[in-house]
Amino acid sequence: MTVVPAEAVTGERAGTGSRDVPAAAELAPRARLRPALAAVYRAQLSRARVARIPLLFVATFQSVGIMILMRGVADGPDEARAVVAGSSVLVVAFVALNLLAQYFGQLRAGGGLDHYATLPVPPAAVVLGAAAAYASFTVPGAVVTAVAGSVLFQLPLANLWVLVAVIPLSGAALSGLGAALGLLAPRQELATLLGQLGMSAALLLGVLPADRLPALIAYARDLLPSTYGVEALAHSFDAHPNWLLILLDLGVCAAVGVLSLSVATWAYRRAAVR
Amino acid sequence: MVAVRDLVKTYPAVRGRRGAPDVPAVRASDSIALDIRRGEIFGLLGPNGAGKSTLVRQLTGLLRPDSGSVTVLGHDLVRHPERAARLLAYLGQESTALDEMTVSLAVETTGRLRGLDTRTARAERDAVLDELGLAGIAGRPLKKLSGGQRRLACFATVLVGERPLLVLDEPTTGMDPVARRAVWSAVDRRRAERGATVLLVTHNVIEAETVLDRVAVIDRGRVIACDTPGGLKEMVGEEVRVELVWRDRPPLDVPEVARLGEHARQGGRRWTLRMAPDEARAAVAAVTGGPAFAALDDFTLATPSLEDVYLALGGRTEEGLVKA
Repeated sequence: MTVVPAEAVTGERAGTGSRDVPAAAELAPRARLRPALAAVYRAQLSRARVARIPLLFVATFQSVGIMILMRGVADGPDEARAVVAGSSVLVVAFVALNLLAQYFGQLRAGGGLDHYATLPVPPAAVVLGAAAAYASFTVPGAVVTAVAGSVLFQLPLANLWVLVAVIPLSGAALSGLGAALGLLAPRQELATLLGQLGMSAALLLGVLPADRLPALIAYARDLLPSTYGVEALAHSFDAHPNWLLILLDLGVCAAVGVLSLSVATWAYRRAAVR
Repeated sequence: MVAVRDLVKTYPAVRGRRGAPDVPAVRASDSIALDIRRGEIFGLLGPNGAGKSTLVRQLTGLLRPDSGSVTVLGHDLVRHPERAARLLAYLGQESTALDEMTVSLAVETTGRLRGLDTRTARAERDAVLDELGLAGIAGRPLKKLSGGQRRLACFATVLVGERPLLVLDEPTTGMDPVARRAVWSAVDRRRAERGATVLLVTHNVIEAETVLDRVAVIDRGRVIACDTPGGLKEMVGEEVRVELVWRDRPPLDVPEVARLGEHARQGGRRWTLRMAPDEARAAVAAVTGGPAFAALDDFTLATPSLEDVYLALGGRTEEGLVKA
């Protein structure tokens, strides 16, 4: 057993040096990242269960509806792939981007961030926990849409397992974007608006086949992170999928995810202390 | 324990848009200095908009002051606002973050985010829910509860994961007397057993008088007085308060009534006067004895409360403070 002078312990734990301490109290421990993230994730998931199930139905019906509508328009196998992939990723965009932007906008406007900001929890845990919960919530809708679409357009179901990567990675990219928009928007209504716009963009640019778009809009399509999720899923319907290309698309999703979640974490920190 | 020096916070002016008037800059904290001692229940009393919440948000690291210092338990919170979460537990006025969770999950999650491991968080959750009498509604989402119950559930989240300082912004708003009692006994227990210190924001005069050890009266961003409730009441000395309520309109043709009217604070049918005890006796005799009595609906004679102190110190309105 080592004996340490009491001043040394308090002085060091307090981290205030020798100047302003006569009696700096020991700080309570911080919540560590992983348990805090797990706690936020669990809490968000239960929240979503209470409040978001109807919206999830809306998201799924919307995507299935779009596929049925597009059946008359999409007249080739390429179009069919684009429509099914776009509609499946649209579910992710609806929940992860739109609803998360609304949630964080509302939390910020209503003073709800104070609750988290006065707990010793890493900002990344709050943002990642919420983003992960919203992304998980898109799983049933996206799977149902992809399967229903494949059946509807007679596409092979064999490679749908690729959803295991597509949903979390496009979920990360879109929920990061949604969280960042919600936290950066100066007003709550603006956060809602930006979330809706993001989702509309994902709808129009994701579902419509790329080669029919005008050049300018095609560039916008390349800028939207959901596009790469859509492309990855669309390629997996090929008879002999180009796995390298799929991997590349998913890599873009992952990179955007890391970037947007970092921005969202920064935005959270900025919003929490004014 | 807590030392605040020369704290200044100004909200910038907002230019009005499309017909909305401009909002001038507001000095919400105006050179505030305070000392809170260990183990005391210290109150901030003042009407809405006096700057209480702004002050508390600076003490909890949520708002950066323009200048001045905040030291809590030896830690400089202006320079290290992130340390606040490791020193104190804060109950804000909003419950948005918890609304859609069940009471049980809200308390457990808060405990875990306060750094407790799962098992400790659950044990403390159960103990706190029992202590506050919330066990029966533990499984219901906060959103579905009444205002008072929801507030009590939020208060429960403050108690998991012990902290030496509790900062409570109007904790008992909307609560029934049973819930209030649960809050104050929980606070007392933590003070007696663990030496906890409590900083309480209130605009409720009765609450301030009954639970606070010391109180700072806040008005327009300044501390206009700071003492024990008893000490503050001595400032208004012997004066008592007379309230007269007229049936219809005051009988100003009665000379005594007309004279009283010159000194009264008049609000509709209600007159409020502060005067020395013998003057008050004479005034009551005048309005209850002569022809004025027919016009009188009700009257009260009361010893000074913190509200009188607030008014005597130059506080603005009577409406800002609550007496219940």
